[in-house]
Amino acid sequence: MTKILVDGVEVDVPGEFTLLQACEEAGAEVPRFCYHERLSIAGNCRMCLVEVKGGPPKPQASCAMSVKDLRPGPNGAPPEVFTKSPMVKKAREGVMEFLLLNHPLDCPICDQGGECDLQDQALVFGGDSSRYHENKRAVEDKFIGPLVKTEMTRCIHCTRCVRFTAEVAGTSDMGAIGRGEDMEITTYLEGAMTSELQGNVADLCPVGALLPKPQNFRARPWEYQKTETIDVMDALGSNIRVDSRGREVIRILPRVNDLVNEEWISDKTRQIVDGLKTQRLDRPYIRENGRLRPANWSEALSLVAAKTKATPAARIGALVGDLAAAEEIFALKLLAEQLGTPHLDCRQDGAKLDAKAGRASYLFNATIAGIEEADGLLIIGSNPRKESPVLNARIRKRWLAGDFTVSLVGEAVDLTYDYHYCGAGPESLSQFIKSAQPIGKLLVLIGQGALARPDGGVLLSLAAQAAQKLGGASAEWNGFSVLHTAAARVGALDLGFTPAPGGLDAQSMAQAGALDLIFNLGADELSIHPGAFVVYIGTHGDRGAHRADVILPGASFTEKSGLYANTEGRVQLASRVVFPPGEAREDWAILRALSGALGAPLPFDSLATLRKKLIETYPHFGRIDQIAPGSVSQIATLASAAGDVSRESLRSTITDFYLTNPIARASAVMAECSALAQSRLTQAAE
Amino acid sequence: MSVRRLAENQPDSFDFTPENKAWLDKQIAKYPDGRQASAVVPALWQAQKQNNYWLPQKAIEKVAEILGMPKIRVLEVATFYTMFNLEPVGKYYIQLCGTTPCMLCGSDDLIKVLERRVGPQRKVTADGLFSWLEVECLGACCNAPMVQINDDFFEDLTPQNFEKLLDDLAAGRTVKIGSQTGRVSSEPAGKLTSLTSLYGAK
Repeated sequence: MTKILVDGVEVDVPGEFTLLQACEEAGAEVPRFCYHERLSIAGNCRMCLVEVKGGPPKPQASCAMSVKDLRPGPNGAPPEVFTKSPMVKKAREGVMEFLLLNHPLDCPICDQGGECDLQDQALVFGGDSSRYHENKRAVEDKFIGPLVKTEMTRCIHCTRCVRFTAEVAGTSDMGAIGRGEDMEITTYLEGAMTSELQGNVADLCPVGALLPKPQNFRARPWEYQKTETIDVMDALGSNIRVDSRGREVIRILPRVNDLVNEEWISDKTRQIVDGLKTQRLDRPYIRENGRLRPANWSEALSLVAAKTKATPAARIGALVGDLAAAEEIFALKLLAEQLGTPHLDCRQDGAKLDAKAGRASYLFNATIAGIEEADGLLIIGSNPRKESPVLNARIRKRWLAGDFTVSLVGEAVDLTYDYHYCGAGPESLSQFIKSAQPIGKLLVLIGQGALARPDGGVLLSLAAQAAQKLGGASAEWNGFSVLHTAAARVGALDLGFTPAPGGLDAQSMAQAGALDLIFNLGADELSIHPGAFVVYIGTHGDRGAHRADVILPGASFTEKSGLYANTEGRVQLASRVVFPPGEAREDWAILRALSGALGAPLPFDSLATLRKKLIETYPHFGRIDQIAPGSVSQIATLASAAGDVSRESLRSTITDFYLTNPIARASAVMAECSALAQSRLTQAAE
Repeated sequence: MSVRRLAENQPDSFDFTPENKAWLDKQIAKYPDGRQASAVVPALWQAQKQNNYWLPQKAIEKVAEILGMPKIRVLEVATFYTMFNLEPVGKYYIQLCGTTPCMLCGSDDLIKVLERRVGPQRKVTADGLFSWLEVECLGACCNAPMVQINDDFFEDLTPQNFEKLLDDLAAGRTVKIGSQTGRVSSEPAGKLTSLTSLYGAK
């Protein structure tokens, strides 16, 4: 630790700290454009200039000078930094004047206006008029993809976007061509960016050069109602802020949570916004003569009630989809228990995970932040880049830090980091377990691609064996990690929404003639064969709604408050941003009303009582933002199971990253991204 | 200097000749493992030499492939250095220095010669012999004004001897590299004014 005086305030910071960090530690604000906590240091905007005593006698870029570079005073006095001295003010004003030379004065028509770093800092350091009489530079706008709009004349060349794509995203899409006044930020020959995290460059851009394209000219920053909530597009549970205006969600931004998503979100999380408005089910429907007709709630509910009463309990099933919150899963479970059916399932992809094997058997036990502690990684049947791009960026971050070996069993795909390819089939996994040496803290990442197949249970056990044998399961380190793809899955497994003894699983329920009545709570990835009467509670006119006999319109994740447990088992609370459209209602209320129509109301009248009841039964749901860890001993039990595996290759369950759920499939922006990604695949194959 | 873009008409493919590839492998071997990207400038330079002194898109991509770099990183280098020509140049590619010392010594007259004989900048003549570009200081101010033609300097130019130089080049006659007035390296243009007793004495 080194002592340093910042504007007279003494702070004790590690020597590796930059002056900028030390200044922040001391509470002094330092303006900056190019510096970003999670990117490498560029030092090219020069906005963070400070005056130092004990260093060179000129303004210093505080982001690029470390505390240990400063000399102490003659009598051992700590080095001093000034952030408010006249020299600093003058230097920053000079920098600002240069930055503004070529920056257009188009703030009134710029979407960044109101949340622009340059605008804010020009308020403090900008001059009142320009002394520049030459022609301003103009730069051609570039096409860099369907998600980010460019207005390159506004660019101040901070290179945050270049560093982001090279370091965090790992795709090196962007670069700076030319030099000096002719420097331009672009992608290679103006191709679309290839990263699943590309939307983040618009957040990083301190000016209005890179802006989210779908939100072009939609609203002003000060008009938004800002709601902090949780994303459900993948099982990571990214922390997001949803900005809405009136009854409309306009945009989704990341929130900082170092334990989950740091400050990135995937493109799917960010840009499904238009999917929240299109294809919505906004009133109940009843199927008559093979066609769905609009109905009213009492009509629809009484039809369902009559149907339920007429069906024996053993012929009734309940399915939970990928986007449901814990409350409604719990309510559906209560309803199913009341009806007395054993046929419950939340695993529409057929993943061989069971709550009975203990919480450790289906959690990402290493935790997301724990990835950075791991010494090695074994990926089994997963493509984390598609299944959870932000988590993949975390793996890449660990890989970049060095001394980290990645092995992969499954599809050989570009994960943005190097890995040792073991092979495609389960036999490569057995081989790996036999031949590999234990490597400290091993993280065994098993994906749904390995679990959602008939021999998934055995593969799960093999993965547990790998963790046991190679250093992935000890009292200090539980590296056995299941990467889920569905936001609702861990919550549903926690609630035990799996077949009771004698019950059918999702795939069997969907078979023709298996059941007579199915309650489908947003399960859209499963096709239910003709025969059963399907009651669909969901949000979009997707596969589930097309198969339904009665549609009860529910609320999407931005329209209800609910608890979600992410893939590591962290319970997070999502908030309501806007109200559901039309006659649609929150899902728990639909289930409560349904039970009322059945003449046996469920024991809650409000979300608060339901949530209270849920927490009473499953106390860990009451500990928001915390993880109730699984026990390592459960891994040992899991590893002891044995069986035969097929020789079939492992492949990720996600074929198209952009179209994994009904909301994304309703989004035109996602469709465009998907088409672009597909054409890139075909091109690469040629 | 202005915005530099890749040429519109591009060849369909580019590959290093076996000799050049062998040369490049030697350059790459100079750098430690994982640092092959350090060889990007020699690689691009050799590609340019092989391709009539200009860099096509495919050559940039080839270099990226050989060095294991993202394409944009190589494009950054190729557009940064003005010695990489991104569009075709003449057999004799004339870089005329127009910076202050050369300008004071009459480079404007040379520009007139070039404009009359060769045409506008960055345009190759119909016979493919000449193209020219005004560049910043080439570091031969003592012998101003000067031009660089391909790899060689031609100094102490006047419109007359410059025209003759161009005639000779066009006709394929051998030309004298360096000063065109008979001056040895950068000795004073007239007679010696200092060190008279020492200079040249045995």
